[in-house]
Amino acid sequence: MTYSQAVLNGDRLALTRLLTQVENDMPDGRAALIELFPHTGKAHLIGVTGSPGTGKSSLVNQLALYYRKTENKRVAIVAVDPSSPFTGGAVLGDRVRMRDLAGDTGVFIRSMATRGSLGGLAQSTANMVQVFDAAGFDVIIIETVGAGQSEVDVARLAHTTLVVEAPGLGDDIQAIKAGILEIADILVVNKADRPGVENTEKALKSMLELAHPAARIFQHHGSSMRIAAPAQESSSKLTWIPPIQRTVSTEGKGIVELTQAIARHVAHLTQSGDWAVRERARLEVELDALIREELVSRFRRDVPQKQYENMLEKIIQREMSPGEAVKLLMNGRLK
Amino acid sequence: MTEKKIRVLVAKPGLDGHDRGAKVVARALRDAGMEVIYTGLRQTPEMIAEAALQEDVDVVGLSILSGAHMALTPRLLELLKINGQSHVKIFIGGIIPDEDLHRLKEMGVTGVYGPGASTEDIIRDVRLAVAG
Repeated sequence: MTYSQAVLNGDRLALTRLLTQVENDMPDGRAALIELFPHTGKAHLIGVTGSPGTGKSSLVNQLALYYRKTENKRVAIVAVDPSSPFTGGAVLGDRVRMRDLAGDTGVFIRSMATRGSLGGLAQSTANMVQVFDAAGFDVIIIETVGAGQSEVDVARLAHTTLVVEAPGLGDDIQAIKAGILEIADILVVNKADRPGVENTEKALKSMLELAHPAARIFQHHGSSMRIAAPAQESSSKLTWIPPIQRTVSTEGKGIVELTQAIARHVAHLTQSGDWAVRERARLEVELDALIREELVSRFRRDVPQKQYENMLEKIIQREMSPGEAVKLLMNGRLK
Repeated sequence: MTEKKIRVLVAKPGLDGHDRGAKVVARALRDAGMEVIYTGLRQTPEMIAEAALQEDVDVVGLSILSGAHMALTPRLLELLKINGQSHVKIFIGGIIPDEDLHRLKEMGVTGVYGPGASTEDIIRDVRLAVAG
């Protein structure tokens, strides 16, 4: 039996093996992805990102518990942690905070190292998510450290992205720097039992108003707007204003409210047609990435390494610009 | 195509709370370029076997200081087998009396490391065990 058949039949050993194949971009993994693709597109993908130490893993633990116990959904978690840039090794410790989920076969946690690949991380995460989707998991949570562009790309995979903050972690400028606020569908202020929670919330609110100018007008002049604007305006426009949710994930506080916010976001996505828009954008990015990868490997196959190195040498000697070299190399291949 | 990384689960079964050794080993293996999944304290053999399955690891390292190694180890080996993961290698660190060494090796444990063991030895043994 092939990997994909076994995975569709619910074979957990095949699932875990296939995830490894897919993560390492092995031929069996590629073949299985093709066979599994028709079975994907059913799961709700939730991205969870934020600075280190904001309590993402504990929050994911609570969310998964809720979806298991209250909604009886099957939950998969892809927990991404950074690899050491020096040794390529990694310590993946997210499971430490997910102890409550151990022993429940309706939850599947897979830890993943970034392995230093820039665009590749988003691609391999997307592929692993597809495997879980085909395997019939209803909710797939992707947890990443929100520190750089590749994590932002990973978060973009999701239908609903939570950005997690916590009081007392640097000033509010950090949030702008990271550039991850813009991708938030829901902002979570975790560790909300700590002092400074009002300040964190205030900083997020003012930042939101910058990121969503429409929201500012709405919030500042909410009641007068509604009188002035025709009734259909509010119902047809359907702008999503990211809510700010307070949680204390170690105690499970605010989790029900957070899942309600997530449910409202899903309802918004479906009603506004944004779900389809996001699916389209996501698959388009994936297609583009695959095309690029294929073109590069064709190029490497067709253009002799020697020729490439000669060009590089000429560029270093300033005899040729990189742009000219590309034209020559490509045309040489086409002739 | 990426080179296949060695994936190691470092787990702390039983009730003692001394995880310094486990963390030192986890870090040493990371510095040797391996991907180490750390489970934290107070794991049952069932939890460890389940984590080993979900993470598709090549090796499980157990840190046991409670003296329960002769109960925990066979149970874990049995569970790995039930899950179809008999290829997963096990090594143990902690306080293990000499008279148990032989029996643990017989069960299939690839290495036992007491206080003062060198992380270089552990790294070498893990690589050898995975290479088969």
